[in-house]
Order: sequence, then structure tokens, then C-alpha cells
Amino acid sequence: MSGVARPTAPLPSGPLRVALPRGALLEETLDILDRVGADTSAVRGESRSLIFDAGDFVFVTMRPSDVPTYVEAGAADVGITGKDVLLEQSDRVFYEILDLGYGECRMVLAGPDGEDRLAEQERRLGALRIATKYPRIAERYFEETGRAAEVIEVKGSVELAPISGLADAIVDLVATGRTLRDNGLVIRQEIVSSTARLIANRVAHKLRAREIDDLVKRLREATA
Amino acid sequence: MTHPIPPGTRDILPDEMRELRMLQARLAEVFEGFGYGEVATPTVEYDDVLARAAAGTAAAYRFFDERGQLLAVRSDLTAPIARLVANRFASAEPPIRFFYNARAYRAVRPQRGQAGEFFQAGIELVGSPAPEGTVEILEVLSAALDAAGLNRAVIGLGDAALYRQLLEELGVGDDDRARLLTLLAAHDHVGLDMQVAGLDLSSDQKELLTRVPMLRGGPEVLDEARELGGEAMTTALERLAGTYDAAVERGIGDRLNLDLGLLRDLGYYTGAIVEVYDPALGHIIGGGGRYDDLMGRFGRPLPAVGFALFLERLHIAQAEEDRIAEEEGISP
Repeated sequence: MSGVARPTAPLPSGPLRVALPRGALLEETLDILDRVGADTSAVRGESRSLIFDAGDFVFVTMRPSDVPTYVEAGAADVGITGKDVLLEQSDRVFYEILDLGYGECRMVLAGPDGEDRLAEQERRLGALRIATKYPRIAERYFEETGRAAEVIEVKGSVELAPISGLADAIVDLVATGRTLRDNGLVIRQEIVSSTARLIANRVAHKLRAREIDDLVKRLREATA
Repeated sequence: MTHPIPPGTRDILPDEMRELRMLQARLAEVFEGFGYGEVATPTVEYDDVLARAAAGTAAAYRFFDERGQLLAVRSDLTAPIARLVANRFASAEPPIRFFYNARAYRAVRPQRGQAGEFFQAGIELVGSPAPEGTVEILEVLSAALDAAGLNRAVIGLGDAALYRQLLEELGVGDDDRARLLTLLAAHDHVGLDMQVAGLDLSSDQKELLTRVPMLRGGPEVLDEARELGGEAMTTALERLAGTYDAAVERGIGDRLNLDLGLLRDLGYYTGAIVEVYDPALGHIIGGGGRYDDLMGRFGRPLPAVGFALFLERLHIAQAEEDRIAEEEGISP
């Protein structure tokens, strides 16, 4: 019987693959990576490449909402993206290991400026029509607050929905609130606040524990 | 013209089937070598019978038979085998050792590349308590991974009651405890840290509660935890440390990754929890643990422990290990 076994080869080697969010979070993400001693110059450059070799790390750049997909599958060992994205994809399995503190924004319910008519509309029409890019967060929010809503998913500028009559209100992410104001919308309720988070693949979290813990420690010091 | 098949299902063609069968045969040989006998149970059972397990993944597919009885397609083999043991081996002298190579079914989300129908190969050891029973299945699992050619595979070992016990030792109330355990099971360490920060505890105790779930690795994590948590931690660690020591005696200590934060389904496991990782794959390739309460729900209260390997994932990892070995010029 061959009951006794030992690993014969070393655990995964090579640089840690880090999924980075392109867009609003990228600049601050690169700044903080600079502070932990990573070389982000290639990512900052003019290259159209999506994947960058940076010594200790391989940086893979993508849409923020793709970060959980790559990390869950192990195509990246760790990744950085907003809590809003994680909440919207809460059925995916990964380890959420660090709040990086930057990229602060709020998920809000916003409606047309002036008198708040949402409650009256819900009472008379049975359900509010809510346009959003975050259908799962919106559905959970209305379920938890015991209200009826018909959630309509849109992909582009969600502020257009109440103005054009597609929806009564929107659920969206707000940083400064300027886009809302410019489109005659005001915040009616705050749902949840969001910051950038570090997440880890389930297998990498175990097999590359030392490297990941070391990165967490350095990031924690850099954000303190 | 093509004819669709349901999401999450697929056809298996001869080349793949041959390799899957070979893998199954190798695993079966290991299981039989350890004295496990193969069983097959029906793919569909009565929903209320499977629901007795009140554990694991809920059935994805349910339908009515010709008499209006609600049937369910099995989501794993643990509940059917618990039923089988209670029915057919009601007075058999434990321990009872079974293995299976069978398909199970789970719900899938569209466009996620998930399999709704998949092969599982695993064992159930009924009537052998911790730590002996736990160590036995770890030994079988380790041999099975070797037989599959996954020499680099690692077995994560945790204990479902560890964190709960630690919270009890520190006097954390029921509501907070439930909240913390839910966050831990969801792998949300950021949420856990925030929740811990709001507890009425000393800063040392708070540090203990946030650091313990991140401890994973070799035997040094046991020392680290004891150093952090003193008496309370030593009590919570007792069973895991005992299982680990017994596994080391059997020579499989090197393969284990002690994981103090490992928690999967809430309410399913009662003791040791196991996850299987291979560096060639980003998904876990198997899992299991102790479910000492499960058999009792079917009328035969016996401690039980087992694991299941996801055969297709094992196969992918195997192919990847072969490729790496070839690249490195080592014959697979």
C-alpha cells in the first residue's frame, strides 16, 4: 500500500500575479504599489499592453468588475478592486483580506430633485422602478428594507433613466455627487460605502501564504 | 442544425473519457487497498429523504414522479450514503467503509463556466471517531492524490469548531458570534476585522480574533496561535493539534497545511475540515471533513468523516502537472 506521500516539487514559484483595476482606482493603486517598492513604471507608460512584468510581481490590468472573475479562477493570485464590485459579485468565492482605504465612494439611492415623491410612487404604483448598473446590490437593498422595486439594469450613464422616464430613481456609485447634481438628481438614501480592497484567490491564499501575507503587511504600513 | 443541451452539462468524448476512467480506476485501487467497498446509489431520491441531511448544497433539480412524489437529484453522495447506511447497515458493526465514483448535480449561474453535472470520487468512513477516523481519511486522501499523479497537491486541514470555541472562551455573545462566523465562512476578513473592532474586548483579545483566522502553514502556526492566545487558544486548538500530531505519526504531516481560519459551510461540519489544493489549478480540487451529527438524522447515530474529489478538476490539474513536468524535462 502506498499510503505515505510527500510533495516532491516546490510550491508555485515565480512572481505573484496581481490584477489591477483600470479607470478611477488605477492612479492611487499604482501610487500605493510604488510605496511598497513595486515597479509600476511600465503600467504608467504609454504601452497598450495589458500585462506587465515588474520583477516581484506580474501586473494584469483590467476593468474593475473583471478583477473578481480573474482572481476567483486563479488567473491572478490577488487583485485590487472596489468593495462595490465585490458586493455586486458576492456569489463569487475569494478571500477579502485588506481594506486599502482609498477610492472612497458611496452607493446611493438617488431621485429627481425637489419634493421626495418616491414613497408616494411606491404606494400608488406598487413598486418603484429603479435603474442601476448594480442590480444585485439594488435588489438586496430593497429586499432588506422591505420595499418593492422593479430593478432595471442599464450599462451606460444611469442618470439618464429618471430624466427620460425609464425609471423613478437610480441606485449608483457617487464620489463627489457632481454628476447627480448636473442631471437634477439628489441623494435620497445611502446604501453602503465603498473603498478599494485587496482580494486573494482561494488556492493562492493557502499555497502562497507567505508572499501574500508579506504584501498585506507592506500595504497595511503604506496605507496607515 | 445543432441541438442544445442544458447549461452546465456537456458531452464527454472518447479521449477524455479514457483518461477519466483511468483516473477513476487508480483512485478505486487506492480506496480498495484501504478496505473501502464501492457503492452506487440512485441519481434521484425522495426530496424529503435527502433534505434530512439538512447539509451541503441544496438539490438543484427537483421534479414530480408519476405518483406526485417530489424527487430530487443528488447534489453530493454524502446524504445518499448516510441513507444507505441507515437502511441497509442498521445493525452492522462499525466502522463501515464505502467509496464511490459517481456523478452529482448542482445549480450553475449562466456564463460562469461552472459544471452542473460532474464526477465525484470519494469515501465515507462511518463509525470511526476523531482523531483516528480523521487521520485515516487523510491518509487515504494523500495516497489518492499520489495515485492521480498530483505530488504537489496540498491538504488544508482546519477545524469547524475552532473559531466558535475561541469566541466562547472569550465570552463573545451569541449574536456577535453568529455574525463573526458568517463573515469567516464567507472569507470576508475585512468585514471580520471591522466587526471585531466593535466588540467589548481588550486590544490583545481583538488582535487574537483578527490574526488567528489568517494563520495557515506548517506546525509553526500552532505555536504562533498559542503564543497569541494563551489558555483560551490552547483549548480551542486542542482537537486540531491532536489530529495533526496523529497525521504526522502516519507520515503525512508534510502534506498538510494547517489552516486556523478554514471554514466552509456553516452548520455542516462538526470537527475537522479538509480542502485540497494543487498549485496547477486556481480552484479547490476536493474537500470534506467530519459530520458527526449527520448519521443521527437518518436514525443511526454514528460519527462519520469523508472527502470527495472533483474528478474533472483533478484531471485538469493532472494534465497541467504533466505539461509542467514535460517542460522541465522530467518524464511525467
